[in-house]
Amino acid sequence: MENKLKVLVAKPGLDGHDRGAKIVAMALRDAGMEVIYTGLRQSPEEIVKAASQENVDIIGLSILSGAHLKLCERIQKLMKESDIEDKPVLIGGIIPAKDVEKLKEMGIQEVFGPGVPLKEIVEKVKEAVK
Amino acid sequence: MISEREVAKTLSLIEKDPLKAKEIVSKYPERDYFVVGITGSPGSGKSTMTDKLAEMFAIEKDVAIIAVDPTSAFTGGAFLGDRIRMRRSVKRYNIFIRSMASRGAVGGLSPGIYDAVEFLGRAGYDIIFVETVGVGQSETDIVNLADLVLLVLAPGTGDDVQMLKAGIMEIGDIYVVNKKDLDESQKLLANIKATLKLGGIERDIISTNSITGENIDQLRDIVQGHLTVLSQTEKLEENRKDRYKFNLLNTLFSILRTRYSKTEDLEKIISLYTNEEGENNESKEN
Amino acid sequence: MFDNEELKRIKKQHKEWEENVVEPTVKRFPERKEKFKTSSSQEIKKTYTPLDIEGLEYVNDLAFPGMPPYTRGIQPTMYRGKLWTMRQYAGFGTAEESNERFHYLMSQGQTGLSVAFDLPTQIGYDSDDSMAEGEVGRVGVAIDSLDDMETLFRGIPLDRVSTSMTINSTAAILLSMYIALAEKQGVSPDKLKGTIQNDILKEYIARGTYIFPPKPSMKIITDIFEYCSKHLPGFNTISISGYHIREAGANAVQEIAFTLADGIAYVEAAIDAGLDPNVFGKRLSFFFNAHNNFFEEIAKFRAARRLWARIMKERFKVKNNKALRLRFHTQTGGSTLTAQQPLNNIARVAYQALAAVLGGTQSLHTNSYDEALGLPTEESVTAALRTQQIIAYETGVADTVDPLGGSYFIEKLTSDIEKKVMEYLSKIDDLGGMVKAIEKGYIQKEILNTAYEYQLNVENQKEIVVGVNKFQTDEDAEKEILEFDPEIEDRQKEKLKTLKKNRDQNAVKETLEKLKKAAKEEDNIMPYVLDAVKHYATVGEISSALRDVFGEYTEAIIL
Repeated sequence: MENKLKVLVAKPGLDGHDRGAKIVAMALRDAGMEVIYTGLRQSPEEIVKAASQENVDIIGLSILSGAHLKLCERIQKLMKESDIEDKPVLIGGIIPAKDVEKLKEMGIQEVFGPGVPLKEIVEKVKEAVK
Repeated sequence: MISEREVAKTLSLIEKDPLKAKEIVSKYPERDYFVVGITGSPGSGKSTMTDKLAEMFAIEKDVAIIAVDPTSAFTGGAFLGDRIRMRRSVKRYNIFIRSMASRGAVGGLSPGIYDAVEFLGRAGYDIIFVETVGVGQSETDIVNLADLVLLVLAPGTGDDVQMLKAGIMEIGDIYVVNKKDLDESQKLLANIKATLKLGGIERDIISTNSITGENIDQLRDIVQGHLTVLSQTEKLEENRKDRYKFNLLNTLFSILRTRYSKTEDLEKIISLYTNEEGENNESKEN
Repeated sequence: MFDNEELKRIKKQHKEWEENVVEPTVKRFPERKEKFKTSSSQEIKKTYTPLDIEGLEYVNDLAFPGMPPYTRGIQPTMYRGKLWTMRQYAGFGTAEESNERFHYLMSQGQTGLSVAFDLPTQIGYDSDDSMAEGEVGRVGVAIDSLDDMETLFRGIPLDRVSTSMTINSTAAILLSMYIALAEKQGVSPDKLKGTIQNDILKEYIARGTYIFPPKPSMKIITDIFEYCSKHLPGFNTISISGYHIREAGANAVQEIAFTLADGIAYVEAAIDAGLDPNVFGKRLSFFFNAHNNFFEEIAKFRAARRLWARIMKERFKVKNNKALRLRFHTQTGGSTLTAQQPLNNIARVAYQALAAVLGGTQSLHTNSYDEALGLPTEESVTAALRTQQIIAYETGVADTVDPLGGSYFIEKLTSDIEKKVMEYLSKIDDLGGMVKAIEKGYIQKEILNTAYEYQLNVENQKEIVVGVNKFQTDEDAEKEILEFDPEIEDRQKEKLKTLKKNRDQNAVKETLEKLKKAAKEEDNIMPYVLDAVKHYATVGEISSALRDVFGEYTEAIIL
């Protein structure tokens, strides 16, 4: 029985800063997970389709442009329509504290701001699946 | 045609437990389908090639793509980095793309891939492209899985005459020499033609540019030609039987490998078996 | 620089020192670390002596400020003549709000404007495009048409300010708008002063706001060089950037190496397009990062100047001294700012700014202390500006040129960085040049590896980030951050609707057709873009027309 965690690391929207996303992807891979990195400029539709077809266990989003509320709203909606709303979504980026509340209300499981250690991210990802 | 969601979930179940997989697959009615394998060195452009070919076939057929990437021997993790290259296929409603990690399997494929392919065929996909890990000495299992194998070569990836001499080349039914725009590509093409001629081997060879799409439609025609011939002979039946046999072997090995993954001796013996079987089959085909 | 006798004596004392003074001390007080290293893994010794700079020649390797190879500075008097330009990057939301911020900063003593554009504007999408949803006016000002540009610069005489625009893929469009606006103000293009970033190669490497593939993008850049050399001789047509490369995770050596390699690619492209490096070379400018390792940064800037002067002279046979000079703007490293204990950032920025000044920068942007959390408030951006003013007026460091020149440590570091950069340049040449290296993913991979290693070092405490992995506090104070107005997107959409109703739609269509034709036939597209812009064609429409001709770039895969 192979119980590997499959994770989608996605960059929605126009934000081109991918250092964080790539490093997290590497850390997750080094922690034994199977990681699909989508690259830049993914539309919510592309992200949800990938999450669905690949049947990933976790969806990770990286957003540093401030467009997180709008993008997450769209992604959550599409996830519902594609019948994958049970999959945990974790976000990393520049998210002001009051938006963290709003995101959690939307159903986002975890929000990582700047300075969170990779070890913690890996742990939270593993926990999110349980 | 079953829903994408069901396909995705079932594939996960299949990957998880190779024994249960056969049970799961048997629930679906048998169907005719083709498996086209695409293999070649990293950097040869096989993902872009797969992407464009799939898009062309998807005009009339339902297409699935399985892209295999290597699992790291040290961490057990993997980057499944082919999906990001399939920019056209991801946009088509009737193309299903799935990435799979090799999970320690030696041979270029992954455990459960035989069942995954059989399932996709039964689920309603007419052509299943399987893109494998790069070609080395032992990544030749694709021959056992596919009805047709495209070997994608390109200059600057190590695909020089050395490899030709090593005998790896015989695994391809169609040779695709990519990066047509480069001078070295023309040289490589000439080398391959000469080497094949020397060995008395006849194969389809075509020169392409997977980025601009040049000659990809010709490649599609060649592939279609092969598939048509296959469907008209008993080769397809034979392939199906062989595939089933290799499926069983593959399952056996993946179970043993998981149970005894730390035992190097066992690994050695298993790879010896797969290499020998591979050679036996090659001599059968010739 | 020292005669042999003196060097012999120094060597002797060095040995004495190691054996009789250091040894016994270290036995009782071991050093804090086993090895001390710079960001580029250069090992740092206990102390530096003339022995470390034995081969260095003052006249050839340093020279006086204002003389090639310009190691000590590109002008003879530097800040004694004129302080560096204090240029704070700004722009957010609507053109009206940005215009207000410009007036505020100018009233507070800022001497040049720097414009930040939102992502849709940078990537060629109008505010009503589906790709723009949620992004309008976020990271900078939304400019859809000349109309917005007019609002942005209302009350600002373009012949009396110098404007830097951080714009790359759509530089031709925004520059054309600037020119068209100046015309309306009655200012002729030859009076305009400023900079456009216009550096597409670093977009592929580190920043991500590319549109077209490399070949047509390079063509657009040389079109702009050519147009400006004729019509806007006072404008810097490119800001070859290392800032973003550093932010993406590169170390100091990689920052310089990849930036200069980009520069080489641009010079080659311009020469291929028939331009004279002695002429356009004078208008090239650079943009670097001011990072944490104080002395490494100072040495880095000096090495960059010496390297570039030599590259232009030896590789491109440039004769005009002015075209050998590496002029640069600096921004303090954004990625060094922490969300935890934000006031710490004031100190960080101060040291980084100081390094930039001691390194001889021509202009400087200092980050605000709250920028790890969001866009800066008026209060925080003022403090950032004051940081520069304090350096300029209170510390005295601006009173002599290259004060650290001659320091054994600084000169050794400078030479070492120069050497390592040259190794990279050689490797890139072997790969077939920078464009090929980028297409192969080589540059991106180098950067990512350094970034990953750094992150792991932070996590195992080999690298300390004060307030984050050491000296943490339990924080509760919610810092006031700049509020974003969510109505912006709707307002821009309304504006677009009105604009499209009021303009001559047929004329716009015609200009776009002409532009496409020019692009296909490889003419200089600037006059056509200018024409389109004057007829109020939008950023999205012009970009779309060019997308039709040039296609779009697909990311090099490195994971």
